[in-house]
Amino acid sequence: MPAEALRPPLPAAPAGGGARRGLRLTRANVSLAFLLLALALLPFADLAIANSDPWGVLARLAAGFLAPDFGAVSDLGHAVLLTLAFAVVGVVLGGAAGFALALASRHRAARGLATILRSVHELFWALLLMQPFGPSALTGVLAIALPYAGIFAKVYGELLEEADSRPADVLPRGTGAVSAFLYARLPQALAPMKVYGLYRMECGIRSSAVIGFVGLPTLGFELDSFFRQGQYDAAAAILLTYYLMIGTIRWWMRAKLLPLYFIAGLAVLVSLDTVSLDWANVARVFTVDIVPAPLRGADLAAPATWAAFGAWLKIVLVDQATPGLVATFVVTQLTLVVMGLVALSGFALLVRNVVGRLGARAGHGVLVVLRSTPEYMLAYLALQVFGPSMLPAVIALGLHNGAIIAHLLGREGERLSRTLRPDAPRGLDLYGYELLPRLYGPFLAYAFYRWEIVMRESAIVGILGVATLGFFIDSAIAEIRLDRALVLIAVTVLATAAIDFASRRIRARLALGAFGGVEAQRFPAR
Amino acid sequence: MNALRPVPSPGDPAGSAPVLATFADARLGYGDRTVFERLSLSVRQGERVALLGRSGAGKSTLIAALYRRLSDAGARVALVPQDHALVPQLSVFHNIYMGRLDRHGAFYNAVNLVRPFRRERDAVAPLAEELGLGPDLLRPVERLSGGQRQRTAVGRAWFRGGDVLLADEPVSAVDEAQARRILAAMAGRFATLILSLHAVDLARESCDRIVGLRAGAVVIDAPAAAVTRAELDGLYAR
Repeated sequence: MPAEALRPPLPAAPAGGGARRGLRLTRANVSLAFLLLALALLPFADLAIANSDPWGVLARLAAGFLAPDFGAVSDLGHAVLLTLAFAVVGVVLGGAAGFALALASRHRAARGLATILRSVHELFWALLLMQPFGPSALTGVLAIALPYAGIFAKVYGELLEEADSRPADVLPRGTGAVSAFLYARLPQALAPMKVYGLYRMECGIRSSAVIGFVGLPTLGFELDSFFRQGQYDAAAAILLTYYLMIGTIRWWMRAKLLPLYFIAGLAVLVSLDTVSLDWANVARVFTVDIVPAPLRGADLAAPATWAAFGAWLKIVLVDQATPGLVATFVVTQLTLVVMGLVALSGFALLVRNVVGRLGARAGHGVLVVLRSTPEYMLAYLALQVFGPSMLPAVIALGLHNGAIIAHLLGREGERLSRTLRPDAPRGLDLYGYELLPRLYGPFLAYAFYRWEIVMRESAIVGILGVATLGFFIDSAIAEIRLDRALVLIAVTVLATAAIDFASRRIRARLALGAFGGVEAQRFPAR
Repeated sequence: MNALRPVPSPGDPAGSAPVLATFADARLGYGDRTVFERLSLSVRQGERVALLGRSGAGKSTLIAALYRRLSDAGARVALVPQDHALVPQLSVFHNIYMGRLDRHGAFYNAVNLVRPFRRERDAVAPLAEELGLGPDLLRPVERLSGGQRQRTAVGRAWFRGGDVLLADEPVSAVDEAQARRILAAMAGRFATLILSLHAVDLARESCDRIVGLRAGAVVIDAPAAAVTRAELDGLYAR
């Protein structure tokens, strides 16, 4: 599909507006503006290679991959089992709750709840839930189920909304609401809901592995401990096991088997919980810890209380949220540029008429690994190599998100290259003259769509030690200052919402919104 | 248009029967778009009315308005909309069953959705048979041909039953012999028929009153036997 033909003509320049020509919002200008902004932010970015011997680490990592030591991992099977159990139980419960929220989406409260649930990343949920519930099965399941419920609510709500309303319109009068829903609406949305649910199951396995990095007993936990001990061959064994799990998913993740997996997962998790919950602790977290410290048990009528509250707020907002926000923004904007370069050069690697059959196969291999490794895990690996600075975060997030967009563009480019005139050029000429001009619009659409996602991920990688918002949230929780952590998480949510808003505006102004369709954006990694 | 009859001249085999629905100088349309500026028309019980006219003349608008009018008045109306409004993922059986969703509670309907009740299947089967849809009624509608889908929509209206059948081009996708059979069967099932048709001959055979529409106005309203070929051709002239 030639995207250019679908684009409405750009609005004519305002009369006498010759001087403003350079400032119009065009694709080229917007791209340039993002590039310049990234350049301007470079002085504020900490891009040092903090590790004294990055090549040494890389070499040992490579050696580990060449000779992975599965024997060193005594609990590999157990970690795999738990990773799967958290994923299946969390996603199923999240799906059920999300479906219920989608049904209630006419009510503002249900929509608001879904928005809040999905705008807090599962790692932040895990950190938060760890306070009352410890590293228990409940924490792991909820850390996945809560954000996923919010996402399911949105997508299932949209799918039900998109259903053709004509069958419902012609139902006999007096048909009950439940019958009308079951016959006229649900059957239309059921198939895409099932497909989406299975796709989310795959995402759930990634999330489940990643929440191990903050202390839950999944693959991420094992990976982290082996890296800490410098056992790269064992770490490589964990990574390879993870890829095996993700790579074979299409053969064993079946809708029909899901109830079985769910029950099995539940059984595994129930058997896991030898630690019983400390209910006094749970109560304290919800009644004391989440209240801003100066207000706990204080005299709310006394001015001194509020002076202390002001000082507390200053520490959180000025000393922590502001630098965290700036760093998050710097990482986000630099990542966008890397992502753009990876996406635009990477998609060429997937088109046979550009790089040849073998080249395309190799390109697929590289991009699959980059996009199916969770961004947090990739950032973790990059951090092991480069040491703590913004550099590994920008590289990892840029590669991961760039690979996702490259995959979508490459698929479209491959299709396009077969519909071109028979005497179309090949190789770089094909890329430069035929594909890039046609796919630049879709590229921008995907890039702007991922802007918000990159921001969220930039905040998250702070947990690894980069000074973005996640760093301050993680530190607040480590100091058992849950009150501060909540404010910082709220700041993260608001910042992400602001980016989402800006992205929507720009997409609308550039008439990019429609491209790629909802499907491509619902299944960004496929 | 001088040759055409004055408008309110009800074609009359049912002249004394009770009036089911009346429009008097009514404005009909969708939102801001007016289709009928001033529509005057009434339908009596027992009439078999054919609505004729080029596409865009207002047939579907009139049928939608009649459906609302008749339902509001408490008549039991069955409807075959032009776009069929079927649920493609559901089976022929379920789509036909949907004509009677209002007769049962949510629980009964939900169970029947997953595992059709024997007695509902027995009730739907002969009707589907008559429409040439049998014997496998559990095929999803999306796998059917256009003609089969149309007959499924007719089946849903038949299964619903009632006093009046409103059907918008109900036989446009089936062959002429089958169309005749279906129209004849419709007349047996419903006391009052209001059909929009594109085949003029079928309309004259199967209905007793012809209402001709042109550009949002009723230009013919007469007993079928009294309408001449020339008058009908006038409806479709450019």
